[in-house]
Amino acid sequence: MASLASSVRRVTKYKIVWPLLAMAILYLFNLIVVPGFFKIEVIDGHLYGSLVDVLNRGTPLIIMAIGMALVIALEGIDISVGSVLAIAGSMAIFMLEGHSLWVAILASLVIGLLCGLWNGMLVSILGIQPMVATLILLTVGRGIAQLITNGQILTTTNKGYEFIGKGYFLGLPFAVYIAAAVFIIIYLLKTKTAFGLFLEATGANRKSSEYAGVKPRAIFMSAYAICGLLAATAGIIYSSNLSSADANNAGLWYELDAILAVVIGGTSMRGGRFYLGGTVIGAIFIQSLTTTIYSLGVPPESILLVKAFVVILVCLIQSDAFRQMLTFKRKVTTS
Amino acid sequence: MSTKILLQLEGVSKEFPGVKALSGVDLCLRKGEIHALMGENGAGKSTLIKVMTGVYKRDSGVMKLNGKEIQPKSPLEAQQLGISTVYQEVNLCPNLSVAENIFIGRQPRKWGMIDWETMNRRSEELLARLDLYIDVKQQLSMYSVAIQQMVAIARAVDISSGILILDEPTSSLDTNEVKQLFSLMKKLREEGMGILFVTHFLDQVYEVTDRITVLRNGTLVGEYKTEELSRTQLVSHMIGREWNPDELSGEKSNKTASAEQFLRANGLSKKGSINPFDLTIRKGEVLGLAGLLGSGRTEIARLIFGIDKSDSGVLELGEEKIAAMSPQKAIKYGFGFCPEDRKVEGIVGELTIRENIILALQAKNGLFSYIQTKKQKEIAQEYIELLKVKTPGTEQRIDNLSGGNQQKVILARWLATQPRLLILDEPTRGIDVGSKTEIRKLIFNLAASGISILIISAELEELVNCCDRIVVLRDRVQIGEIAGSDMNENRIMQMIAEGAGVYGKSGVIGA
Ligand SMILES: Nc1ncnc2c1ncn2[C@@H]1O[C@H](COP(=O)(O)OP(=O)(O)OP(=O)(O)O)[C@@H](O)[C@H]1O
Ligand SMILES: [Mg+2]
Repeated sequence: MASLASSVRRVTKYKIVWPLLAMAILYLFNLIVVPGFFKIEVIDGHLYGSLVDVLNRGTPLIIMAIGMALVIALEGIDISVGSVLAIAGSMAIFMLEGHSLWVAILASLVIGLLCGLWNGMLVSILGIQPMVATLILLTVGRGIAQLITNGQILTTTNKGYEFIGKGYFLGLPFAVYIAAAVFIIIYLLKTKTAFGLFLEATGANRKSSEYAGVKPRAIFMSAYAICGLLAATAGIIYSSNLSSADANNAGLWYELDAILAVVIGGTSMRGGRFYLGGTVIGAIFIQSLTTTIYSLGVPPESILLVKAFVVILVCLIQSDAFRQMLTFKRKVTTS
Repeated sequence: MSTKILLQLEGVSKEFPGVKALSGVDLCLRKGEIHALMGENGAGKSTLIKVMTGVYKRDSGVMKLNGKEIQPKSPLEAQQLGISTVYQEVNLCPNLSVAENIFIGRQPRKWGMIDWETMNRRSEELLARLDLYIDVKQQLSMYSVAIQQMVAIARAVDISSGILILDEPTSSLDTNEVKQLFSLMKKLREEGMGILFVTHFLDQVYEVTDRITVLRNGTLVGEYKTEELSRTQLVSHMIGREWNPDELSGEKSNKTASAEQFLRANGLSKKGSINPFDLTIRKGEVLGLAGLLGSGRTEIARLIFGIDKSDSGVLELGEEKIAAMSPQKAIKYGFGFCPEDRKVEGIVGELTIRENIILALQAKNGLFSYIQTKKQKEIAQEYIELLKVKTPGTEQRIDNLSGGNQQKVILARWLATQPRLLILDEPTRGIDVGSKTEIRKLIFNLAASGISILIISAELEELVNCCDRIVVLRDRVQIGEIAGSDMNENRIMQMIAEGAGVYGKSGVIGA
């Protein structure tokens, strides 16, 4: 018993345990309640099924959440990513008219980068609170997207562009490879350069880090810039999947899911340590939850409620104070 | 003196993962006494205090207040029981005013609203008891660590009833402030209060305390009457072996500081912080800055390291003139800076010891020449051994270390960059007697190897011991300098007292 307790303690030291546990419970629930959730079919050499669906729809969220993790590590937040997604999608599809695929993608990424730099500038140079600073782009962003689309829903039939979000490669959705690549690049940036150290140090204590020679402004700028760039990448996949760009509704409320994914993944909103693996698991969890709720046939008006309930539960499990309260109560009742 | 026991601890133990911080410690605090709690860095003093005040939950042991068993679950509960505490790491709200900090949670009210007038007036009165006259409406962060510490003490004294615990309250205070604090403590003792007092200054122990409890490695060595315990015995008990008082002084190498100039500051100044000053630091020289609190010592260091920007003057490094200094630039030039406020400006609490040590070196190397984790561990281990940091390993979070050990890690951070100029603002603050000697030896060795050192210390004895030359400051003005055989504590005190009128700005250049 004692050894069990100690090994439990050893395992739960890793932050990633909690989102994984939440996910395991969710999937167990699906196994029992939702028939066919785990069914995977091969049609035309492509994989189909709820699981593939989760992965497919989840990619924009995963990519966006990875960017968000960097910003949250700096005790910041970027609530404009949903709008940036809309801007980037609109830009890409707008540019496809009369330009080559690559130019369209590049233009879309550049505008995402600019959005990120704008946020970074407001936060690090002008010293505006991140929530307020990114609120500007959250509200203005959809207006910008509308300017690009001229107030209409743009569509495209470009086969190359559609492949990004709808195509399959070696049996899996192509977008999954993009997400994997993003993860690997950011992971390498974190572990093979000093970026991770500087980011976590700046997020944990900006003053100490600055006095140790870290350039906090540069770190802030790059984190927000990467966040914008990744939101644009998500926007490309999202719009390609739908073959259209809707300035008003694309990626609506995505910023909240992205923030949740990061938090569920074990990163604290107070900055400092951040967890990329946890973030990805968190994003997949949220997408799985959404898919599960849909396949349960929950009436649309209660979907958000159910989601909120589950999220609160997951956050509670993660809280050390809450778990201590539980164990404390148990001790009291047994003694 | 009455011997009524106020607070009694028996067999208190506390374990952190991998560290047995306290095992079976007893402590007995009587009415109307000042009781010193002594021990090396990491001996468990702060942990014992935190266990007493409910910050940590003890693993075992009994605690009795006036004979009744108590178990405070939070500092607030301890406070309600009459135990008021100033923790080692000052715990105030930097963005509130001084008065708000003193009265937080118990603001005086009038018609249900906060009575600002009364609050400010009473704050001023409280601080006056400590001989501190400052604008209590100012934000706390505007003031130096020393003043913040005085504010914390004033607050604790005001809410205390019966028991006052002070964990290294004097570490950032000057002689004068310490004197004020001690006279206040003595008065409280007469009123029957029991005071528990932690310090690393032996003089202070013998000046005010009645009894001493010594801890070593989390165990109790014993309780002694101060008058019956000699200094040598006390230190021997702390370190667990015979101690020879000569160890403390350390021998200044009688090298002749090379004539080669390393750094020159010409008329550097910043409005409201320091008047124009000229400084020259030679290669391998140990230069001291002496002066009272607020005399501009730290401000000089901050200007040289580029944290504050100068309004006038230049820094000359050999042939090069540097107009706009910044910490990044300073580090590129081979400067290192151990700041005064360890918690806010020094450590990155959430990171490990390894990451804290490596941070400045990595920043110097740049983003892409990443030091491999294995190499990082080697470097960290090397300095942990060199500075005798008490920790189970390189991967511990730094904020789990005792105060003195955190200080050593920050020192290690700069040593790892192999600096050419090391600016040390109170480098031995909170460091125990043994390690102080080690650090002084280290300073001599560094200087001997050609590193220039600029050192700020409130301990004049330390400056006189370590420095080749001392620049004296008063009221943000450089009033003179002394060197060689001229350097002694009295002389410095005299210069400060007599001020610029006697010594003129260019000052007496010592023998
Ligand atoms: N929260 C914690 N987690 C893990 N270890 C801790 C924690 N707090 C203290 N320790 C360890 O417990 C030991 C005692 O620390 P403590 O802070 O009580 O020392 P101290 O006697 O106050 O030293 P100093 O004179 O340096 O302030 C140290 O080895 C320290 O590393
Ligand atoms: Mg301590």
